[in-house]
Amino acid sequence: MTNSQQAAANLHHVHRDDVGARMGMWLFLFTEVLLFGGLFLAYSVYRYDYHEQFRLAAMDLNTGIGTLNTIILLTSSLTVALSIAAMQKNNKFLSMVMLFFTLALALFFMINKYFEWSGHIAEGLYPKSPELLNMKNGEIIFYGLYYVMTGLHGLHVLIGMVVLSFMLFFIAKGKITPENYVKLENAGLYWHLVDLIWIFLFPLFYLIH
Amino acid sequence: MDQNNKEHKSHSGYSTYILVWISLLALTSITVTVAGVDLGAFTLFVALLIAAIKSGLVINIFMHIKYDEPIFKVFLSLSGFTLLVIFILTFFDVIYR
Repeated sequence: MTNSQQAAANLHHVHRDDVGARMGMWLFLFTEVLLFGGLFLAYSVYRYDYHEQFRLAAMDLNTGIGTLNTIILLTSSLTVALSIAAMQKNNKFLSMVMLFFTLALALFFMINKYFEWSGHIAEGLYPKSPELLNMKNGEIIFYGLYYVMTGLHGLHVLIGMVVLSFMLFFIAKGKITPENYVKLENAGLYWHLVDLIWIFLFPLFYLIH
Repeated sequence: MDQNNKEHKSHSGYSTYILVWISLLALTSITVTVAGVDLGAFTLFVALLIAAIKSGLVINIFMHIKYDEPIFKVFLSLSGFTLLVIFILTFFDVIYR
């Protein structure tokens, strides 16, 4: 190969490192695990201290909405995984349809969350409400943790929706292809993490009886 | 093409994912049912055990860890271990205070 041919070959060589890209995403996810881990730690210490009061406070949470939202998130995790599999199999249309379903399910989750929170707020159960401040320490802490942890999780759902919308746009624009879809994979990893966190939030808040 | 450029090819077909999804839903219905039964001190343990099985399924299949480079598993266990150490040390303080 002559020098000019070598230069031309170099010009067309695309620098990519998909394993590195995924590793970067995983490292970010570990920081997220530590962020939520701290909150789970606070939860477990206070639950240890106020066992009975946590049980009483949890009675007011709606197990039905919690279960429905669990099913919604698990299903959205499936649709994201199917979207990536469809892209691997060169089926762009199915990939986009599955991403669209994921976004619709995420929206459905947030709508449920809205009704759930406004229900509690209507009952007077919100941080610093007179109703709540009259309760015992453990119950106040339970609701504090409930709002912070499910709120932070909800924020992650919203961010995930923005990220997935971008992926839908990228597929439409041809920036994500069956040969190069690491962006979609990483967005999927983020979405699965959101699902993972909910898998633990659900029994700890909604299923204490 | 670089070695690292290889996309990991579809290890799981659509059917594997759907099977995992059905298992996750089944485990969810089990955990909701069990919550209604009074198991005393075991209630929390059973709930967390089911949550751990569910996350194992999500991490291994949905997040492809089962098929990814071994270094990812090392990272994953390292961060899980870190969290475990933080929990154990904190509870030593809380319980023996």
